[in-house]
Amino acid sequence: MTGFYTEGIWRMHAYCRIGLVLLALCIVLSRSGAADEGRLDTPLKIGLTPVFLDNKLSILRIWQRYLEKRLGRPVQFVHRQTYREIIDLLLTQEIQSAWICGFPYVRYADRFTLLAVPLYQGEPLYQSYLIVPAGDRKTKHITDLQGKVFAYSDPDSNSGYLVPRVALRRADHNPDTFFSRTFFAWAHYDVVLAVAEGLADGGAVDGYVWDTLLRFHPELAKRTRIVNKSKKFGFPPLVVNHTLPEDDVRLLRYVMLKMKDEPDGVAMLRELNLDSFVAGTPELYEGIKDNVAYMAGAELSVRQNQSSVQNTY
Amino acid sequence: MFGRISLRYKIPINLSLAILLTSLVIGGVLIWRSYEEVRNDLFRSSVELGTVLANTLVAPLKHDDVWRAYQVLRSAGSRIFIVLDEANRVFVSNKPAQFTMLSELTANGPELAHLQTAIDRHGSLTPFFHERPEDARVYVVIPVVDDGIQIANLIIGYPHSIFRPHLINIARRVGITSLIVMLFLIPISWWIGKQTAEPLAELSESMSRVGREPLVSIDYQPSERDDEIGHLGQSFSAMIQELDEKQNLERQVIVSERLAAVGRLAAGVAHEINNPLGGMINAINTYRRFGRTDPETDKTVFLLERGLRQIHETVSALLVEARQERHDLTPEDIEDVRLLVQSDAQKKGLHLVWENKLDRPLSLPSTPVRQVLMNLSLNAVEAAKQAGQVTLRVARENGLLEIRVSNDGLTVSNEAIERLFEPFVHDRPGGTGLGLWVTYQIVQQFNGEIFVQSEEGNTCFMVRLPLEHAV
Repeated sequence: MTGFYTEGIWRMHAYCRIGLVLLALCIVLSRSGAADEGRLDTPLKIGLTPVFLDNKLSILRIWQRYLEKRLGRPVQFVHRQTYREIIDLLLTQEIQSAWICGFPYVRYADRFTLLAVPLYQGEPLYQSYLIVPAGDRKTKHITDLQGKVFAYSDPDSNSGYLVPRVALRRADHNPDTFFSRTFFAWAHYDVVLAVAEGLADGGAVDGYVWDTLLRFHPELAKRTRIVNKSKKFGFPPLVVNHTLPEDDVRLLRYVMLKMKDEPDGVAMLRELNLDSFVAGTPELYEGIKDNVAYMAGAELSVRQNQSSVQNTY
Repeated sequence: MFGRISLRYKIPINLSLAILLTSLVIGGVLIWRSYEEVRNDLFRSSVELGTVLANTLVAPLKHDDVWRAYQVLRSAGSRIFIVLDEANRVFVSNKPAQFTMLSELTANGPELAHLQTAIDRHGSLTPFFHERPEDARVYVVIPVVDDGIQIANLIIGYPHSIFRPHLINIARRVGITSLIVMLFLIPISWWIGKQTAEPLAELSESMSRVGREPLVSIDYQPSERDDEIGHLGQSFSAMIQELDEKQNLERQVIVSERLAAVGRLAAGVAHEINNPLGGMINAINTYRRFGRTDPETDKTVFLLERGLRQIHETVSALLVEARQERHDLTPEDIEDVRLLVQSDAQKKGLHLVWENKLDRPLSLPSTPVRQVLMNLSLNAVEAAKQAGQVTLRVARENGLLEIRVSNDGLTVSNEAIERLFEPFVHDRPGGTGLGLWVTYQIVQQFNGEIFVQSEEGNTCFMVRLPLEHAV
């Protein structure tokens, strides 16, 4: 299924490449000549969440300049502590675009438009990892962590919150009472840190973030051990709200998708540990949608004897 | 044991010990003070840091945000931070592996259990310091307060060793300073000790010799210091000198008294002998004039007379009496003596130094003076070494006639000098033992003085005769 999406993107890309270039050209030209000149000075505000290593400011600077050059307008990255704040900014239309988790995207699918989805290891998919401190050799499953301290990343995270809770629920545990204590580290990076330093006995992180950490900061990643990997879910997407004109959305998407074809774009993708950005489809996020539905159902009635190998660790 | 050590060492050792002790005491006090200061600084800075942290922790605590609280406390190093919630359980610490979340402080070892009781006892909203010598750490406890309500306690723990570098540093500085000070002070103290002790030691040594050795052999040089020690030395020196003079005087008095007694005895005996002797000699003369002559008797009488005359001569010699003669002493009289002595001197190959400083006659009878001169110079020639030297000097000085006769012969001992002027004392064969006796008697009769000094290679007789009060 995933292959279909990827190939579809590629096919689309092959056909529409010239058309997109022409379109972009038209937009740029029409803009320069149009009466709507004020918009060129208005910065495009893109919200960022810790679905990737958003603390690497040096890359963000380069990316910002990269986008500004190609969009012909200022770009401003907006950081907030939680996913929630960025989503609120999107909903209140203070920012036009954001890189968010699949979980809030699913929740507000009617209000956000998919802009692009990162392609990671050839797929627009990622996993949730259950990690424990490297010294813990005994834990085999999330249920082994009963009564322990557990670190979530963010209540609006799929991999760092929804996935472990679904897993617990499927194993007939109440996620709210299973651990002696839980806390939010607000970033996948910090979940790894909390587990590595022993603040938490276990944690759930974005697999892509953990892999990237292993690549760039092995000394930290290696202080944790992956217990289980979840099934694959749609990679945290870049979305826009409906305030951004269709032309701008198309140009932005074009620029994002074009990154893999330009040397500085490729360099940046390498720094982000991604292959490229693809257009993506809402269907990618069906797995997350299922999780949300499952948890909502679970809230209503405790389901007995139901297990899904696919959806658990 | 220590009491027997000389002051020479005792004073510097005591001074050095005093310096060492002072250094140790000052060093100890400094280190103790520094420790207190470091401790107070630590407490102050901990309270400052802890207050900032506590204020920052209020929000995460209220929101139950463990991660944010952890981020506030997260730090490397040996310092520990523990946040205790209202139920005194670990909310978060910067050493999560060591102090697990939700664990009781009492479950984290006896040290923290003790800290928990201290927290319970403290009960007020002020920070406090908790330190026990047996603990591995010192703790500062800062209440986290929001709107006057305590919501948590922040514990900051420092390893005891945090003081060690400071203390070692201070101890090293104090040690080096003390060493430098001692390096200067100890030689100074040794010098001061020496300065104080040495004169005392010398004095003590000299004093111990008084009574055991003759005073002249105690060669004590008092120091010229104007302090108690200087005064002591000077007094001792003066005392030695006075003692010496007194002893000399006593000796002279004894000698002259003895000589006077001997003189009186000799004169008495001589008088007692002279009377019958005169009678006997008269009787012999009478017998010669009127008596029968037969050769046997004549021979006997002659022998008797000769014996009596010899007795008379000896008695006369003992009874030295200045003859009432008004021939004044002239420079030529001295030269006459020289002629008489010359031949004896030549026989011995002596070098005779004759200093006659007289230029006019003196109101002194010539015969006794010449006899004195003769006796002394002939004695000197006798005593001088073979081919040695005899010096005679005659001069008029301050109303006195001064005669000095010296030779380079054997040294005369002090004991011998004391008996030198007694009759029939002779240290060489062939003498009558009356020469110096006669000389002494003559000098006495002229109210003069006679001294003998005998050193190595020089024995000198000195005679002083007053010119005005000549007998």
